[in-house]
Amino acid sequence: MVIKIFKNFFKKVFSKIFKGKKDVRLGFYGPPNSGKTSLANRICKDFTGEEMGSISKVPHETRNVQFKEKVEIDYKGKKITFKMIDTPGIATKIDYEDFLKYKVKKKEAKSRAKEATQGIIESIKWLDDMDLVVIVLDATKNPYNQVNITIIGNLVARKIPVLIVANKIDLRKSSIKQIEAAFPEYDVVGISAKHGKNIEEFYESVFKLSKNI
Amino acid sequence: MVKKKRGGIGKIKGFAIQFLPFAEISNLDSTGRIKKILGIVLSNNILILQGRLKPEEETRLIGDTMAMIGHVKGFKGIELAVISGNGNNQGGFFGKIRQNLANSLVKGDLGAVTIIGPATIVKDIKKNPKKIELFLNQ
Repeated sequence: MVIKIFKNFFKKVFSKIFKGKKDVRLGFYGPPNSGKTSLANRICKDFTGEEMGSISKVPHETRNVQFKEKVEIDYKGKKITFKMIDTPGIATKIDYEDFLKYKVKKKEAKSRAKEATQGIIESIKWLDDMDLVVIVLDATKNPYNQVNITIIGNLVARKIPVLIVANKIDLRKSSIKQIEAAFPEYDVVGISAKHGKNIEEFYESVFKLSKNI
Repeated sequence: MVKKKRGGIGKIKGFAIQFLPFAEISNLDSTGRIKKILGIVLSNNILILQGRLKPEEETRLIGDTMAMIGHVKGFKGIELAVISGNGNNQGGFFGKIRQNLANSLVKGDLGAVTIIGPATIVKDIKKNPKKIELFLNQ
Protein backbone atom coordinates (compact mmCIF):
# COMPACT_ATOMS: atom_id res chain seq x y z
CA MET A 1 0.00 0.00 0.00
CA VAL A 2 2.76 2.46 1.06
CA ILE A 3 4.84 1.48 -1.99
CA LYS A 4 1.84 2.14 -4.23
CA ILE A 5 1.34 5.62 -2.74
CA PHE A 6 5.04 6.45 -3.27
CA LYS A 7 4.91 5.08 -6.82
CA ASN A 8 1.90 7.25 -7.68
CA PHE A 9 3.48 10.31 -6.04
CA PHE A 10 6.71 10.01 -8.06
CA LYS A 11 4.77 9.25 -11.21
CA LYS A 12 2.76 12.46 -10.75
CA VAL A 13 5.82 14.58 -9.92
CA PHE A 14 7.89 13.29 -12.85
CA SER A 15 5.05 13.52 -15.34
CA LYS A 16 4.57 17.18 -14.33
CA ILE A 17 8.30 17.91 -14.70
CA PHE A 18 8.53 16.34 -18.14
CA LYS A 19 5.11 17.37 -19.42
CA GLY A 20 6.45 20.62 -20.81
CA LYS A 21 9.01 18.76 -22.91
CA LYS A 22 6.50 16.47 -24.64
CA ASP A 23 5.35 17.32 -28.14
CA VAL A 24 1.79 18.62 -28.32
CA ARG A 25 -0.48 16.09 -30.00
CA LEU A 26 -2.48 18.16 -32.46
CA GLY A 27 -5.41 16.33 -34.05
CA PHE A 28 -7.37 17.27 -37.16
CA TYR A 29 -10.98 16.15 -37.04
CA GLY A 30 -14.07 16.85 -39.09
CA PRO A 31 -16.42 15.49 -41.73
CA PRO A 32 -15.07 14.01 -45.01
CA ASN A 33 -13.80 16.45 -47.63
CA SER A 34 -13.65 19.44 -45.29
CA GLY A 35 -9.92 19.95 -45.91
CA LYS A 36 -8.23 18.34 -42.90
CA THR A 37 -5.36 16.95 -44.93
CA SER A 38 -5.06 20.17 -46.96
CA LEU A 39 -4.58 22.11 -43.73
CA ALA A 40 -2.18 19.53 -42.29
CA ASN A 41 -0.23 19.65 -45.57
CA ARG A 42 -0.11 23.46 -45.47
CA ILE A 43 1.35 23.42 -41.93
CA CYS A 44 3.85 20.66 -42.73
CA LYS A 45 4.94 22.41 -45.93
CA ASP A 46 5.38 25.71 -44.09
CA PHE A 47 7.56 24.21 -41.35
CA THR A 48 9.09 20.97 -42.65
CA GLY A 49 8.94 21.41 -46.41
CA GLU A 50 7.11 18.09 -46.80
CA GLU A 51 3.45 17.22 -47.23
CA MET A 52 1.56 14.87 -44.94
CA GLY A 53 -0.94 13.05 -47.13
CA SER A 54 -2.67 12.93 -50.48
CA ILE A 55 -5.80 14.96 -51.20
CA SER A 56 -8.65 14.29 -53.61
CA LYS A 57 -12.14 15.40 -54.56
CA VAL A 58 -13.34 11.87 -53.83
CA PRO A 59 -14.55 11.68 -50.22
CA HIS A 60 -12.66 9.49 -47.72
CA GLU A 61 -9.29 9.95 -49.42
CA THR A 62 -7.69 9.71 -45.96
CA ARG A 63 -8.64 6.28 -44.66
CA ASN A 64 -5.91 5.78 -42.07
CA VAL A 65 -4.80 7.99 -39.22
CA GLN A 66 -1.62 9.72 -40.41
CA PHE A 67 1.16 11.14 -38.27
CA LYS A 68 3.90 13.68 -38.64
CA GLU A 69 6.32 13.83 -35.73
CA LYS A 70 8.37 16.82 -34.61
CA VAL A 71 6.68 19.63 -36.51
CA GLU A 72 8.14 22.76 -34.93
CA ILE A 73 5.87 25.71 -35.55
CA ASP A 74 7.54 29.07 -35.22
CA TYR A 75 5.14 31.96 -34.65
CA LYS A 76 6.43 35.45 -33.82
CA GLY A 77 9.64 34.06 -32.34
CA LYS A 78 7.86 31.46 -30.16
CA LYS A 79 8.25 27.79 -30.95
CA ILE A 80 6.11 24.77 -30.14
CA THR A 81 6.79 21.25 -31.35
CA PHE A 82 3.72 19.31 -32.41
CA LYS A 83 2.97 15.72 -33.26
CA MET A 84 0.39 16.18 -35.98
CA ILE A 85 -2.38 13.60 -36.31
CA ASP A 86 -4.55 13.77 -39.43
CA THR A 87 -7.66 11.61 -39.08
CA PRO A 88 -10.12 10.14 -41.61
CA GLY A 89 -13.36 12.14 -41.92
CA ILE A 90 -16.10 10.95 -39.58
CA ALA A 91 -19.47 10.05 -41.11
CA THR A 92 -22.50 8.05 -40.00
CA LYS A 93 -23.00 6.28 -43.33
CA ILE A 94 -20.81 4.85 -46.07
CA ASP A 95 -22.19 3.66 -49.38
CA TYR A 96 -19.77 2.36 -51.98
CA GLU A 97 -22.16 3.56 -54.71
CA ASP A 98 -21.36 7.16 -53.72
CA PHE A 99 -17.79 6.63 -54.96
CA LEU A 100 -19.01 5.45 -58.38
CA LYS A 101 -20.12 9.05 -59.09
CA TYR A 102 -16.43 9.98 -59.08
CA LYS A 103 -15.70 7.38 -61.76
CA VAL A 104 -14.14 4.97 -59.27
CA LYS A 105 -14.47 1.34 -60.42
CA LYS A 106 -16.93 -0.86 -58.51
CA LYS A 107 -14.28 -3.13 -56.99
CA GLU A 108 -12.17 -0.18 -55.88
CA ALA A 109 -15.27 1.62 -54.55
CA LYS A 110 -16.17 -1.39 -52.41
CA SER A 111 -12.68 -1.63 -50.97
CA ARG A 112 -12.60 2.15 -50.42
CA ALA A 113 -15.89 1.93 -48.51
CA LYS A 114 -14.56 -0.89 -46.33
CA GLU A 115 -11.36 1.01 -45.55
CA ALA A 116 -13.37 4.18 -44.85
CA THR A 117 -15.49 2.44 -42.19
CA GLN A 118 -12.35 1.15 -40.50
CA GLY A 119 -10.80 4.62 -40.72
CA ILE A 120 -13.77 6.16 -38.91
CA ILE A 121 -13.48 3.60 -36.11
CA GLU A 122 -9.76 4.45 -35.84
CA SER A 123 -10.50 8.21 -35.76
CA ILE A 124 -12.92 7.75 -32.89
CA LYS A 125 -10.39 5.66 -30.93
CA TRP A 126 -7.80 8.44 -31.25
CA LEU A 127 -10.09 11.04 -29.64
CA ASP A 128 -8.76 10.02 -26.22
CA ASP A 129 -5.15 10.71 -27.12
CA MET A 130 -5.21 14.32 -28.26
CA ASP A 131 -3.86 17.39 -26.47
CA LEU A 132 -5.48 19.88 -28.82
CA VAL A 133 -7.97 19.37 -31.63
CA VAL A 134 -8.65 21.42 -34.71
CA ILE A 135 -12.14 20.79 -36.08
CA VAL A 136 -12.00 21.50 -39.79
CA LEU A 137 -15.39 22.39 -41.29
CA ASP A 138 -16.29 23.21 -44.88
CA ALA A 139 -17.57 26.80 -44.69
CA THR A 140 -19.76 26.23 -47.75
CA LYS A 141 -21.80 23.56 -45.97
CA ASN A 142 -24.44 23.51 -43.24
CA PRO A 143 -22.53 23.29 -39.93
CA TYR A 144 -25.51 21.87 -37.98
CA ASN A 145 -24.41 18.36 -38.79
CA GLN A 146 -24.77 15.96 -35.87
CA VAL A 147 -21.29 14.49 -36.45
CA ASN A 148 -19.71 17.92 -35.82
CA ILE A 149 -21.74 18.36 -32.64
CA THR A 150 -20.93 14.83 -31.46
CA ILE A 151 -17.16 15.24 -31.98
CA ILE A 152 -17.12 18.58 -30.16
CA GLY A 153 -19.28 17.14 -27.35
CA ASN A 154 -16.76 14.33 -26.90
CA LEU A 155 -13.81 16.71 -26.78
CA VAL A 156 -15.56 18.90 -24.22
CA ALA A 157 -16.33 15.84 -22.09
CA ARG A 158 -12.61 14.92 -22.24
CA LYS A 159 -11.58 18.54 -21.49
CA ILE A 160 -9.53 18.75 -24.71
CA PRO A 161 -9.15 22.30 -26.12
CA VAL A 162 -10.94 22.82 -29.43
CA LEU A 163 -10.33 25.25 -32.27
CA ILE A 164 -12.89 25.40 -35.06
CA VAL A 165 -11.61 26.17 -38.53
CA ALA A 166 -14.01 27.39 -41.22
CA ASN A 167 -12.15 26.20 -44.31
CA LYS A 168 -12.68 27.08 -48.00
CA ILE A 169 -13.38 30.79 -47.35
CA ASP A 170 -12.03 31.48 -50.84
CA LEU A 171 -15.28 30.03 -52.22
CA ARG A 172 -18.19 32.38 -52.86
CA LYS A 173 -20.72 30.16 -51.08
CA SER A 174 -18.72 30.11 -47.85
CA SER A 175 -20.03 31.65 -44.63
CA ILE A 176 -17.91 31.98 -41.49
CA LYS A 177 -20.86 33.65 -39.76
CA GLN A 178 -22.97 30.54 -40.11
CA ILE A 179 -20.27 28.46 -38.38
CA GLU A 180 -19.83 31.08 -35.66
CA ALA A 181 -23.58 31.07 -35.09
CA ALA A 182 -23.62 27.27 -34.82
CA PHE A 183 -20.74 27.16 -32.31
CA PRO A 184 -20.88 30.45 -30.37
CA GLU A 185 -18.82 29.12 -27.45
CA TYR A 186 -15.73 28.42 -29.56
CA ASP A 187 -13.03 30.32 -31.41
CA VAL A 188 -13.69 30.10 -35.14
CA VAL A 189 -10.94 30.95 -37.61
CA GLY A 190 -11.81 31.32 -41.28
CA ILE A 191 -9.08 30.12 -43.63
CA SER A 192 -8.39 28.72 -47.05
CA ALA A 193 -5.99 25.82 -46.54
CA LYS A 194 -5.64 25.46 -50.31
CA HIS A 195 -4.49 29.05 -50.86
CA GLY A 196 -2.99 29.76 -47.43
CA LYS A 197 -5.43 32.60 -46.80
CA ASN A 198 -5.56 33.79 -43.16
CA ILE A 199 -3.17 31.04 -42.05
CA GLU A 200 -1.30 33.43 -39.70
CA GLU A 201 -4.48 33.93 -37.68
CA PHE A 202 -4.81 30.16 -37.50
CA TYR A 203 -1.27 29.80 -36.05
CA GLU A 204 -2.02 32.54 -33.53
CA SER A 205 -5.14 30.70 -32.33
CA VAL A 206 -3.27 27.39 -32.10
CA PHE A 207 -0.56 29.04 -29.97
CA LYS A 208 -3.17 30.68 -27.76
CA LEU A 209 -4.90 27.34 -27.13
CA SER A 210 -1.58 25.49 -26.61
CA LYS A 211 -0.98 27.63 -23.52
CA ASN A 212 -3.97 25.95 -21.84
CA ILE A 213 -2.55 22.45 -22.19
CA MET B 1 -47.63 6.40 -38.33
CA VAL B 2 -46.55 4.75 -41.54
CA LYS B 3 -47.38 1.07 -41.77
CA LYS B 4 -44.41 -1.22 -41.86
CA LYS B 5 -43.81 -4.09 -44.20
CA ARG B 6 -40.76 -6.13 -43.41
CA GLY B 7 -38.32 -6.61 -46.23
CA GLY B 8 -34.58 -6.86 -46.87
CA ILE B 9 -32.78 -3.85 -45.49
CA GLY B 10 -31.31 -3.08 -48.90
CA LYS B 11 -34.73 -2.56 -50.51
CA ILE B 12 -37.24 -0.27 -48.91
CA LYS B 13 -40.63 -1.90 -48.81
CA GLY B 14 -41.87 0.15 -45.89
CA PHE B 15 -40.86 1.48 -42.56
CA ALA B 16 -42.25 2.47 -39.21
CA ILE B 17 -41.59 5.38 -36.94
CA GLN B 18 -40.96 4.13 -33.46
CA PHE B 19 -41.01 6.31 -30.37
CA LEU B 20 -38.81 5.19 -27.49
CA PRO B 21 -39.29 6.81 -24.09
CA PHE B 22 -36.01 7.41 -22.28
CA ALA B 23 -37.26 5.27 -19.39
CA GLU B 24 -36.82 2.25 -21.70
CA ILE B 25 -33.04 2.74 -21.83
CA SER B 26 -32.30 4.71 -18.67
CA ASN B 27 -31.36 1.60 -16.71
CA LEU B 28 -29.25 0.06 -19.47
CA ASP B 29 -25.48 0.50 -19.70
CA SER B 30 -23.92 2.04 -22.83
CA THR B 31 -23.57 -1.33 -24.58
CA GLY B 32 -27.22 -2.16 -23.88
CA ARG B 33 -28.46 1.24 -25.08
CA ILE B 34 -26.57 1.04 -28.36
CA LYS B 35 -27.60 -2.57 -28.92
CA LYS B 36 -31.25 -1.63 -28.41
CA ILE B 37 -31.05 1.41 -30.72
CA LEU B 38 -29.26 -0.46 -33.50
CA GLY B 39 -31.70 -3.34 -33.17
CA ILE B 40 -34.60 -0.95 -33.83
CA VAL B 41 -32.84 0.79 -36.73
CA LEU B 42 -31.80 -2.50 -38.35
CA SER B 43 -35.47 -3.52 -38.42
CA ASN B 44 -36.17 -0.65 -40.85
CA ASN B 45 -37.51 1.71 -38.21
CA ILE B 46 -36.95 5.41 -37.79
CA LEU B 47 -36.37 5.85 -34.10
CA ILE B 48 -37.47 8.91 -32.19
CA LEU B 49 -35.80 8.71 -28.82
CA GLN B 50 -36.88 10.87 -25.94
CA GLY B 51 -33.69 12.49 -24.61
CA ARG B 52 -30.21 12.01 -25.95
CA LEU B 53 -27.24 9.72 -25.48
CA LYS B 54 -24.03 10.81 -23.74
CA PRO B 55 -21.38 12.20 -26.14
CA GLU B 56 -19.24 9.07 -25.73
CA GLU B 57 -22.29 6.90 -26.45
CA GLU B 58 -22.99 8.88 -29.62
CA THR B 59 -19.45 8.22 -30.89
CA ARG B 60 -19.76 4.60 -29.88
CA LEU B 61 -23.00 4.41 -31.85
CA ILE B 62 -21.16 5.76 -34.89
CA GLY B 63 -18.27 3.31 -34.35
CA ASP B 64 -20.59 0.31 -33.93
CA THR B 65 -22.55 1.43 -37.01
CA MET B 66 -19.33 1.46 -39.04
CA ALA B 67 -18.42 -2.00 -37.76
CA MET B 68 -21.81 -3.31 -38.90
CA ILE B 69 -21.69 -1.87 -42.41
CA GLY B 70 -19.47 -4.63 -43.71
CA HIS B 71 -21.25 -7.35 -41.79
CA VAL B 72 -24.99 -6.73 -42.21
CA LYS B 73 -26.15 -7.17 -45.79
CA GLY B 74 -27.50 -4.00 -47.33
CA PHE B 75 -26.80 -1.86 -44.26
CA LYS B 76 -25.19 1.44 -45.23
CA GLY B 77 -25.20 3.27 -41.93
CA ILE B 78 -27.49 5.68 -40.16
CA GLU B 79 -28.69 9.24 -40.23
CA LEU B 80 -28.61 10.90 -36.85
CA ALA B 81 -29.82 14.21 -35.44
CA VAL B 82 -30.37 15.57 -31.97
CA ILE B 83 -32.74 18.42 -31.25
CA SER B 84 -31.72 19.88 -27.97
CA GLY B 85 -33.72 22.26 -25.86
CA ASN B 86 -30.57 23.50 -24.09
CA GLY B 87 -30.57 26.75 -26.01
CA ASN B 88 -33.73 27.99 -24.30
CA ASN B 89 -32.81 29.42 -20.95
CA GLN B 90 -36.38 29.45 -19.74
CA GLY B 91 -36.62 29.58 -16.00
CA GLY B 92 -33.25 31.32 -15.60
CA PHE B 93 -30.70 30.12 -13.06
CA PHE B 94 -33.12 28.14 -10.90
CA GLY B 95 -34.75 26.68 -13.98
CA LYS B 96 -31.35 25.41 -15.06
CA ILE B 97 -30.70 23.86 -11.64
CA ARG B 98 -34.13 22.22 -11.72
CA GLN B 99 -33.44 20.89 -15.23
CA ASN B 100 -30.00 19.55 -14.22
CA LEU B 101 -31.50 17.88 -11.17
CA ALA B 102 -34.25 16.28 -13.26
CA ASN B 103 -31.67 15.15 -15.83
CA SER B 104 -29.45 13.56 -13.19
CA LEU B 105 -32.42 11.75 -11.67
CA VAL B 106 -33.37 10.15 -14.97
CA LYS B 107 -29.69 9.78 -16.05
CA GLY B 108 -30.22 11.65 -19.31
CA ASP B 109 -31.16 14.92 -21.02
CA LEU B 110 -34.93 14.79 -21.33
CA GLY B 111 -35.11 18.20 -22.97
CA ALA B 112 -33.74 16.69 -26.17
CA VAL B 113 -35.07 14.43 -28.89
CA THR B 114 -32.85 12.10 -30.92
CA ILE B 115 -33.80 10.91 -34.38
CA ILE B 116 -32.00 7.90 -35.81
CA GLY B 117 -32.88 6.18 -39.05
CA PRO B 118 -31.26 3.68 -41.40
CA ALA B 119 -29.46 5.40 -44.30
CA THR B 120 -31.34 3.16 -46.73
CA ILE B 121 -34.58 4.90 -45.69
CA VAL B 122 -33.46 8.30 -44.43
CA LYS B 123 -31.53 10.11 -47.13
CA ASP B 124 -30.67 13.17 -45.09
CA ILE B 125 -31.62 15.08 -41.98
CA LYS B 126 -31.22 18.79 -42.52
CA LYS B 127 -31.08 20.86 -39.42
CA ASN B 128 -30.83 24.52 -38.63
CA PRO B 129 -31.86 26.53 -35.57
CA LYS B 130 -35.38 27.06 -36.94
CA LYS B 131 -36.32 23.66 -38.31
CA ILE B 132 -35.38 20.06 -38.84
CA GLU B 133 -36.23 18.25 -42.09
CA LEU B 134 -36.20 14.55 -42.71
CA PHE B 135 -35.63 13.51 -46.33
CA LEU B 136 -36.50 9.96 -47.25
CA ASN B 137 -35.15 7.82 -50.08
CA GLN B 138 -37.67 7.11 -52.78
